[in-house]
Amino acid sequence: MSVIIVFLFVIAGFAGWWLSHQGLMSKPWLEQGLAGDFVALDRSALPTAKIGLGVFLAVVGCLFALFTSAYFMRMAVSDWQPLPLPRLLWLNTGVLVLSSIALQCATVAARRGQIDMVRLGLATAGLTALAFLIGQLMAWRQLTADGYFLTSNPANSFFYLITGMHGLHILGGLVGLGRTTAGAWNAARPERLRLSVELCAMYWHFLLFVWLAVFALLAGWAATFIDICRQLLT
Amino acid sequence: MVDITPADGIPPAEVAEVELYHPHSWWTRYVFSQDAKVIAIQYSATATGIGLVALVLSWLMRLQLGFPGTFDFITPEAYYQFITMHGMIMVIYLLTALFLGGFGNYLIPLMVGARDMVFPYVNMLSYWIYLLAVLVLVSSFFAPGGPTGAGWTLYPPQAIMSGTPGGQDWGIILMLSSLILFIIGFTMGGLNYVVTVLQGRTRGMTMMRLPLTVWGIFTATVMALLAFPALFVACVMMLLDRVLGTSFFMPAISEMGEQLQHNGGSPILFQHLFWFFGHPEVYIVALPAFGIVSDLISTHARKNIFGYRMMVWAIVGIGALSFVVWAHHMYVSGMHPYFGFFFATTTLIIAIPTAIKVYNWVLTLWRGDIHLTIPMLFALAFIVTFVNGGLTGLFLGNVVVDVPLSDTMFVVAHFHMVMGVAPILVVFGAIYHWYPKVTGRMLNEMLGRFHFWVTFLGAYLIFFPMHYLGLMGVPRRYAELTDMTVMTESAHHLNSFISIMAFIVGFAQMVFLFNLIWSIRHGREAGGNPWRATTLEWQTPQTPPAHGNFGKDLPIVYRWAYDYSVPGAKEDFIPQNMPGSFGPSREPA
Repeated sequence: MSVIIVFLFVIAGFAGWWLSHQGLMSKPWLEQGLAGDFVALDRSALPTAKIGLGVFLAVVGCLFALFTSAYFMRMAVSDWQPLPLPRLLWLNTGVLVLSSIALQCATVAARRGQIDMVRLGLATAGLTALAFLIGQLMAWRQLTADGYFLTSNPANSFFYLITGMHGLHILGGLVGLGRTTAGAWNAARPERLRLSVELCAMYWHFLLFVWLAVFALLAGWAATFIDICRQLLT
Repeated sequence: MVDITPADGIPPAEVAEVELYHPHSWWTRYVFSQDAKVIAIQYSATATGIGLVALVLSWLMRLQLGFPGTFDFITPEAYYQFITMHGMIMVIYLLTALFLGGFGNYLIPLMVGARDMVFPYVNMLSYWIYLLAVLVLVSSFFAPGGPTGAGWTLYPPQAIMSGTPGGQDWGIILMLSSLILFIIGFTMGGLNYVVTVLQGRTRGMTMMRLPLTVWGIFTATVMALLAFPALFVACVMMLLDRVLGTSFFMPAISEMGEQLQHNGGSPILFQHLFWFFGHPEVYIVALPAFGIVSDLISTHARKNIFGYRMMVWAIVGIGALSFVVWAHHMYVSGMHPYFGFFFATTTLIIAIPTAIKVYNWVLTLWRGDIHLTIPMLFALAFIVTFVNGGLTGLFLGNVVVDVPLSDTMFVVAHFHMVMGVAPILVVFGAIYHWYPKVTGRMLNEMLGRFHFWVTFLGAYLIFFPMHYLGLMGVPRRYAELTDMTVMTESAHHLNSFISIMAFIVGFAQMVFLFNLIWSIRHGREAGGNPWRATTLEWQTPQTPPAHGNFGKDLPIVYRWAYDYSVPGAKEDFIPQNMPGSFGPSREPA
């Protein structure tokens, strides 16, 4: 459970930072405003939707941190046989990076108001993300063809489970991306389009980060890394 | 839409991006509504409905325990199914949904001075997914083999084996699917509650001016958002074990002399994941109760809450600590003694912020102008019950005491007192308190007092003797207790007595339900602010609050939520949105 504890410490750090700006030491019973006092809106300047997405990403991060925790706990048992990762995963990683870059370009274009570039970026991102999903399915088929079935070893089960969960999150993102793309073709409300593109980009970068972490975990580098850290500490 | 152009240097009352959804038909107004108040009532009604099922299940269990062998239809399998569904429904589908989905939806926007939740559409989806989860859960009663009988903790390997009711039938699959749906639905709602508190507050409503109710619900929601994923992960993995034959939790095991295909899974891993959710869950239902009870006591004792800052810190502190105590549910799982020592320590540390809260409630009452209204009675009953349940928690938090007691009725008594009866008393108090705002009418006083006394005394008569049964060694989770040496004749009598009390308390809840329905039409007219309370939900122009909550302009907040009996003020309460300085002790502004 150490991974999730570390993750929660990070969340607690954010929460603590935010709380420290909320005047926890103030004495509300002594404050009385008079009519006409300048009363400011006490909220973040960030768009509400972005904060909402941020909170949601914390929940998603929590989910994957828990999968990782379970993975490490199960890995310690002797019957664990790591499976060879198909080389296709490298290509998939590249495609997902491309998808993120395309969305980043779309964000920049949306800020500059270049609607053609926004459309191009969104379409590229959508297609590459679809390609990533197809690539993942092909990787699954390669593995099953080589005899690495879901049930034959816990390492296999975890591989299918975690990659599947990540794929489902990409799929959900594609729904949002589809709506944004539709909005880009209508181009009715540029302000709103900019925000949706930014939200998509945020989600995509986060899922790319999760994928890189998951990839490192499944390839065994994460375990090696933790071993090195542990040796350094002791 | 309200005019949002700034005038004379005063900043706009609302931010332009907040767009209020307007319903166009009966369906979108009352059924597929995006109004948080309607969603709150939908949540509460559904939770109450499924809660009634759980109440009936507890009666059936008590029939078996109190009068063993009398009722043929309660087989051991059926008993386990009753126990499982009773526990799961009460903890998750009733308490969590009612506090966060019900009270959270109704009170957060009104109390922080917002027109609605920030993502109303997602909020609506949240309810419908919750309803779907409840329907899936209910469907398991009609599935072949019946609902699961694995115990509300669903421990593998027994949960998915053929010896457990529903283990190799539909029961466990429907249970796990229902939980997964619940978590997805809750996450949608939870995002709303958190972000509305962050971004939806009206002008002047700083975090430190929020009523403690909002603090409690807010912190509990943050915890739930971080804790429910653990249950989600556990459910998904167990579902794969059951349906696709993986071995996440299933060790090599043989059943009826036959080797199962599972190999090498870890049941302890499930326990870690489950309790990583399960312990925060206790505080997910307790923190909203803490918050609400603070407001009830302050309002009905006409006195400001004692130590507001401490109360806020304690809520946040309890929330954070509750994530590092989960393994105290696993003392008997064969853990390393140092591990147990660590978790015993963190568990006992939680007693400090909790005790701070109890002292502050008592000190709020001290020399207050206590009105023994029904909400106040329930609030007082909560303090007593919570202290009682908390003290036995100190027993069970210690490893050496927990090990002999952990499989006895003592534990049943403890957790019913602390997270069953105590939060439910607050739910009742809160309903008596806010019902006038929701419907515009008061609940019937006579029926209310009857309901209170029967529920409060009856719950004590049910659960207090159970502690003694537990100390005698009467085990929990047993469908048949007849031929055991610990079951002396007096223990049998006590069991029968407890069962009879359970029926009486259950009956009192029917009276309460009747009161809820009857008073919608026949209750006394309440007016806008019958309790003369300070918080914003009582200052709405209409009662019940109309769509958009606050009429043309959102209120501006000038003070904290607890200005009761301020010396020098005209009345004994000053609403949060009333400007001006009162009282000799305050510096003139």
